[in-house]
Amino acid sequence: MTDHEHKSHKDTEPGTDATRVDAPQAAATGAAGAAIPEQGTAPDLTGSGTAPGEPELDQRPPSSFLEVRDLRVHFPTQDGLVKSVDGLTFSLEKGKTLGIVGESGSGKSVTSLGIMGLHTVGQYGRQRPQLSGEIWLDGQELLSADAETVRKLRGREISMIFQDPLSALHPFFTVGHQIVEAYRVHHDVDKKTARRRAIELLDRVGIPEPGKRVDSYPHEFSGGMRQRAMIAMSLVNNPELLIADEPTTALDVTVQAQILDLIRDLQQEFGSAVIIITHDLGVVAELSDDILVMYGGRCVEYGTAEQVFYEPQHPYTWGLLGSMPRIDRDRADRLIPVKGSPPSLINVPSGCAFNPRCPYADVPGDDVTRTVRPELREVKDGHLAACHMAQEDRERIWNEEIAPKL
Amino acid sequence: MTKPVKSPGSEPTADSAAAPGQGETLLKVSGLKKHFPIHKGLFKRQVGAVQAVDGIDFEVRAGETLGVVGESGCGKSTMGRLITRLLEPTAGSIEFEGRDITHLGVSGMRPLRRDVQMIFQDPYSSLNPRHTVGAIVSAPFKLQGVQPEGGVKKEVQRLLGVVGLSPEHYNRYPHEFSGGQRQRIGIARALALSPKLVVADEPVSALDVSIQAQVVNLLDDLQEELGLTYVIIAHDLSVIRHVSDRIAVMYLGKIVELTDRQSLYNTPMHPYTKALMSAVPVPDPRRKAADSRERILLQGDVPSPMNPPSGCRFHTRCWKATEVCKTKEPPLIPLATGHNVACHHPENAPDQEPGDTELLSEAATAKR
Repeated sequence: MTDHEHKSHKDTEPGTDATRVDAPQAAATGAAGAAIPEQGTAPDLTGSGTAPGEPELDQRPPSSFLEVRDLRVHFPTQDGLVKSVDGLTFSLEKGKTLGIVGESGSGKSVTSLGIMGLHTVGQYGRQRPQLSGEIWLDGQELLSADAETVRKLRGREISMIFQDPLSALHPFFTVGHQIVEAYRVHHDVDKKTARRRAIELLDRVGIPEPGKRVDSYPHEFSGGMRQRAMIAMSLVNNPELLIADEPTTALDVTVQAQILDLIRDLQQEFGSAVIIITHDLGVVAELSDDILVMYGGRCVEYGTAEQVFYEPQHPYTWGLLGSMPRIDRDRADRLIPVKGSPPSLINVPSGCAFNPRCPYADVPGDDVTRTVRPELREVKDGHLAACHMAQEDRERIWNEEIAPKL
Repeated sequence: MTKPVKSPGSEPTADSAAAPGQGETLLKVSGLKKHFPIHKGLFKRQVGAVQAVDGIDFEVRAGETLGVVGESGCGKSTMGRLITRLLEPTAGSIEFEGRDITHLGVSGMRPLRRDVQMIFQDPYSSLNPRHTVGAIVSAPFKLQGVQPEGGVKKEVQRLLGVVGLSPEHYNRYPHEFSGGQRQRIGIARALALSPKLVVADEPVSALDVSIQAQVVNLLDDLQEELGLTYVIIAHDLSVIRHVSDRIAVMYLGKIVELTDRQSLYNTPMHPYTKALMSAVPVPDPRRKAADSRERILLQGDVPSPMNPPSGCRFHTRCWKATEVCKTKEPPLIPLATGHNVACHHPENAPDQEPGDTELLSEAATAKR
């Protein structure tokens, strides 16, 4: 269903890229000067990630509801350029759920903030992140749109559930106040109607006595209730796209089950597209239709949940599956961890970013894993993987060495 | 992969001659309680107490791993701090190797600290940022006045090797390490004096999945090699199942089920255990559809430990609760060999209160 037409994309032109990237700021500051540093970094952007043969980006609006094309988010820091997201492409239809999995520092959250357009808000000067690529939402390009347009979409069309509800909710205002505010920003209604709407939603997300709890402060709620309140807040405008960034990481299993159920129910009810970001493969398996595995700021594997769990193609995905103790299988004597630790995003290993940790780095030979960055290639219909190993090798290793041990 | 390399001849320094043999009771806890008083008003009058741990009994046998699992706020961390005597118990007794250590003072505990060590949850806040790794790992030697063979530095470097760090890390500071590596430093520190009992409070929950597996394997290897006894506290049931020999399930300051791994996961008896296990997300998309029907969804949150429900503490969320659950507290008794459960209406076992069959009104609605 998702068209990952890496092949049809055409090469990024540095000049146009830079101006597009800078459009929101240029509009905001009214100065073309802001575009100059971008010009300087633009060649770097093209040189950094895409392989020589990478085709040019398609300028036509895509057919799918959300389409992210070659998204790059780089943060200039004193130590160097942090390439948090480095060429990410995916698409999502309405009513579908995409799960993004990866370790901390693999660029999952940066991607979601990029889609929300939160990287460019209130940050100026040298520390401002450099964004490039395209984000199409319902036929509208978000990265080149001006800040005001994005602000109108944010909260209404796209909304987000954050990981830690205690720090995402304002401690000084009641929960009701915050939900009402989110509603009234986008709808011209009086306070009474908005309050009714807030109570209705608190009720919908399963908060007992919503009429009373609407006047409670976040600290009076327990962790699970706070997360529900936040879900209510993000749903108040019936968003078309809901991004949940580690929505259950801070919660207990029993509450986690409640929240996951809630997200699933709400999605069926509202038919929105959901992106769920997590490091817990269990959560992803519960919710997602498609799964995107990220490593070092790039997508290393993409496919349906079925494909990724039953025919994973990338050694990193194997590593993730082997690292997890599983409650549904016989207890294994030992886990099979991925050796080493996640790479620094300032100094991403050359070639395949996973090569220092990959037990099969020498299988393809010629040192190709250390010198050439593997492209995301289609393995089977809709199933993509970025690995140098030949298809037969991967299938053999998975079937003979990995799968029996899981 | 992280198999620790131990050079031959570098045996642990502290003598382990007096250690109880495999399977004997190392630590015995009975009637342990910890209430944190709540003060209010001008005169700080005590108005109540958070009953974090409210009467638990268990024992830890030498060489085994006891897993303690429960939701947040069930008192599992308080329990860990009580048995390492970082907190003063309100009531009950703790015996370590047959010796009562319930109310030992700081100096009385000092020699025991060699034998009981703790690994903390958060590797960021449990290491002093201004100390080098060398200073952190050698602190136990300094405090206990132990002079290891070949000098402290050599011993520390050996320990770093054991936990899979490189000896050159001796002069670095904690901020130079990743989360997993920091946790290894914490483990090295806990192992420095070759303790008999290691209490690990959520040792892997702050780590990434791939790193989590490394640390779990490391703990496994160290146990095998050094004959350690672990009490591992965690909220993740899959991790607990992987590491533990016996498991205690806690709910609101009480142990509700205590048994070995096999019978807990195959035939859970307490409804809470069952609900907890059905709530674990299974990393298998094919089971998604079938599973959601079997799932027992508990309503609401854990009640406040300031004012726990009467009778069985789980009755407010239990789908099998009857009148007796409201009034009578179920004792923790063996319903099968080695399988202790505190429930009036257990699963997979004969009903303890067969006369009482009428469900409470909340229970009837809770059932899905």
